Amino acid sequence: MAKMHVATTINGEPEEFLCEPHDSMLDLLRGALGLTGAKEGCGTGDCGACSIMLDGRLVCSCLMLAPEAEGRKIDTIEGMAQGETLHPLQQKFLEMAALQCGICTPGVLMASRALLERNPDPTETEVRFWLAGNLCRCTGYDKIVRAVLETAAEMRGAA
Amino acid sequence: MNVINNKWIGSRTIRPDGADKVTGRASYSADTSMPGMIWGKVLRSPHAHARIVSIDTSRAEAHPGVKAVVTAKDIVEFPLDKSVMLGIQDMRWMSRNVLAREKVLFHGHPVAAVAAMSERIAAEACKLIEVVYEVLPHVIEIEEAIKPDAPILHDFLSFEGKPSNIAGKLEHKLGDVEAGFAKADVVIERHFKTRPVHQGYIEPHSALVSVVDGKAVIWSSSQGQFMVRAMTSLLTGIPQSDIRAIPAEIGGGFGGKTIIYLEPVATILAKKTGRPVKMVMTRDEVMRATGPTSGSMSTVKIGATKDGKIVAAQGTFYLQAGALPGSPIRGAAGCAFAPYDIPNVHSTGFDVVSNRSKVAAYRAPGAPIGAYAAECVLDEVAEALGMDPLELRLKNAARQGTKAAHGPVFPVIGFVDTIEAAIAHPHYKTPLGKLQGRGVASGFWFNAGGESSAQVNITEDGNVAVTTGHPDIGGSRASIANITAELLGIDYKRVSVLIGDTATIGYSNLTGGSRVLFASAMVVTQSTEKVIKTLCERAAKIWKIDPEAVVWEDGEAKPAGENAGKFPALSLVDIAAKASETGGPIGAGVQQNTQGAEGGFATHVCDVEVDPELGIVRVLRYTSFQDVGRAVHPSYVEGQMQGGAAQGIGWALSEEYLYDKNGKVDNASFLDYRMPVCSDLPMLDAVMIEVPNPKHPQGVRGVGEVPLVPPLAAVANAVANALGKRFYSLPMSPPRVLEVLDGA
Ligand code: FES
Ligand code: FES
Repeated sequence: MAKMHVATTINGEPEEFLCEPHDSMLDLLRGALGLTGAKEGCGTGDCGACSIMLDGRLVCSCLMLAPEAEGRKIDTIEGMAQGETLHPLQQKFLEMAALQCGICTPGVLMASRALLERNPDPTETEVRFWLAGNLCRCTGYDKIVRAVLETAAEMRGAA
Repeated sequence: MNVINNKWIGSRTIRPDGADKVTGRASYSADTSMPGMIWGKVLRSPHAHARIVSIDTSRAEAHPGVKAVVTAKDIVEFPLDKSVMLGIQDMRWMSRNVLAREKVLFHGHPVAAVAAMSERIAAEACKLIEVVYEVLPHVIEIEEAIKPDAPILHDFLSFEGKPSNIAGKLEHKLGDVEAGFAKADVVIERHFKTRPVHQGYIEPHSALVSVVDGKAVIWSSSQGQFMVRAMTSLLTGIPQSDIRAIPAEIGGGFGGKTIIYLEPVATILAKKTGRPVKMVMTRDEVMRATGPTSGSMSTVKIGATKDGKIVAAQGTFYLQAGALPGSPIRGAAGCAFAPYDIPNVHSTGFDVVSNRSKVAAYRAPGAPIGAYAAECVLDEVAEALGMDPLELRLKNAARQGTKAAHGPVFPVIGFVDTIEAAIAHPHYKTPLGKLQGRGVASGFWFNAGGESSAQVNITEDGNVAVTTGHPDIGGSRASIANITAELLGIDYKRVSVLIGDTATIGYSNLTGGSRVLFASAMVVTQSTEKVIKTLCERAAKIWKIDPEAVVWEDGEAKPAGENAGKFPALSLVDIAAKASETGGPIGAGVQQNTQGAEGGFATHVCDVEVDPELGIVRVLRYTSFQDVGRAVHPSYVEGQMQGGAAQGIGWALSEEYLYDKNGKVDNASFLDYRMPVCSDLPMLDAVMIEVPNPKHPQGVRGVGEVPLVPPLAAVANAVANALGKRFYSLPMSPPRVLEVLDGA
């Protein structure tokens, strides 16, 4: 079968690629596009390690077909920091040790940012339910939840 | 012991590998690719138990895009009658786990592997391999496997003179249990079951291997690059000197990555094809064919006198090994009663094979199983005596000088401190409501030292580069940087820490056994001390005074007192700049088989609430108290405690494998194999108690594994307290809870 041509925007830059109709967006990101920040923990939408933003909505890129990127805007973990300047969530995760092995971290950060964009003042319960789709086996979530709450407070203070 | 001014040790520094991990730059094994790389895929057994009659790979080999096919005949054969040990692993079993030889022993057992131009072609070609099986009856559960008429997995195994699925037995004895029970006023005996649970690391196994001119380079997700090199060498026949194993960043292991699966297969495929070969498991493959830890069946009997003194304890622990021998019976039988000073102990472990995937280590392997049974019975003993369960533990707690049934006499330990801290903590006094309950449990783990290597180099611009040999999963680089900065008296940011590969650093044992910081801090400390000695010598040379007359203080060489002469202090930068003139590059390495990793103890307190309509048990509060020796980087010590507690809660409440009648795992996905998610848990409080290990320069004790020992019983005791009814089987999942409640 002929490959499909897809034109899209990734982290603010125009991007084009060829793919098979059945390729997942995660495969394309990690393969041809060389953006390996999104991880494959399951490939079935259950772990959130592959989280990206599609037109401002949080999605599992393993469940998205690559051709669906046509004409859309994609944001990945690689676009979260501004050059050397980390996003406040990234900075807080480091300061509060909200990661151990770090394999879940790109997905958790993408999901946390999506939460704070919608809800700058979440309760602990709201954070926990929002992040329920992002598995972390190392931390027991404690430091992740604290880091998200703390970042939210700081960002509100700064705003 | 070193004098430590505590500027960096104990401080919550930002880990050196942190920025890479929050930006997505960090390179895990599956993130790596190579020019010309092709893909490998494994064909797995569709049967739980079958003899392999024949394998025909010709159609697969002829498939367009296929480059090579391997089966067991391509790896080194280890005859069944001769054990070849590598650490605790027997290569007879390891080789047969990597590729099935005579028989397939579980659903998902690797039978062959294909390398092809794409992962899809490799998967298609796997389907073209024709395997003729003679299907045999299978057995999954322990109680079935040890019956006299059970299907026998291995005809070379026998127990008490008869063919058996019992592959081994281990016994610890202290005193005389019968005499002990005779003195007891209260004796309680109970039977328990736990299910196998998976380590659940989020990163699937993965390997990328290139073989050029007979020399292999392996990037894989592993807890030990030297283990990867040694096992791959044994299975492929390539000498260790021709294998370079590179530790990629690792996305969790918890013990499950202390053995190999893909590495030798990818190596042989790469050798056959002359191209780099990448293999990545799917989650389904991870769940079917890697890990888990054992399921178990145990009986524990404990006797105590009226005043609460435990006089005898007896335990029998049957552990599932999976399809090939080697379950962690030592952890179950050895750790169950180790926290207590009990004069009469008899503890026995049985290793049982059945048609499940071969178990792999999981955080304090075996110990949570032993502790679950022992600590639940202790709870009932406390109840029968009308004693507070922590007071009972305190009264019987092992202390310095206590002789444990598994052998050692304990040195300075902080177990009592963990219980006292728990009793004094506000958590223990928080009022409970209806259908709420509180449980406590303690636990012990051996901890390990072992081989470790380090190199500490001063860069020409006066900074520090440290290389160690244990893969860093949870922040060990940060801790090593803290220690090096402390010893040298310089800013933490001036120390970079790298994990070397097998060609760039000396042999270092696995990241396992809670050894990493204990062992690597020891060799890094000694290396740094050598470097400091050299720095003083160089300063002496510059000043033309005796090296003995120079001291190293606050990152500078200074004359030691008035008599040494008056010279302006020389910084690391000053001395590094003159290194060539004063004798050459400055650096030192130490390689050692480290000793003195003393055991670790913890006490956990858990509050739950039970929803009687839905059968859901919710953890309301959880506090861990642990003797951590010295918290070199407190955040990552807390992280170990919290992560272990969460895994234990999962083990207790929701995780288990479900098998269908054909012996196939029915829930091989994250959705159906239910690990705790963020909304399942409360904050997990971690109280670190520092009773420094006198045998370690910084007082370090292993901290990574003990956290998984007490939670099973802590949760179970909390549920019992909430319902007034006891469960003797895990997980206490909603259907089971409803069953017990309905049986009321
Ligand atoms: S890889 Fe997409 S949800 Fe797990
Ligand atoms: S930090 Fe390892 S899975 Fe989250």
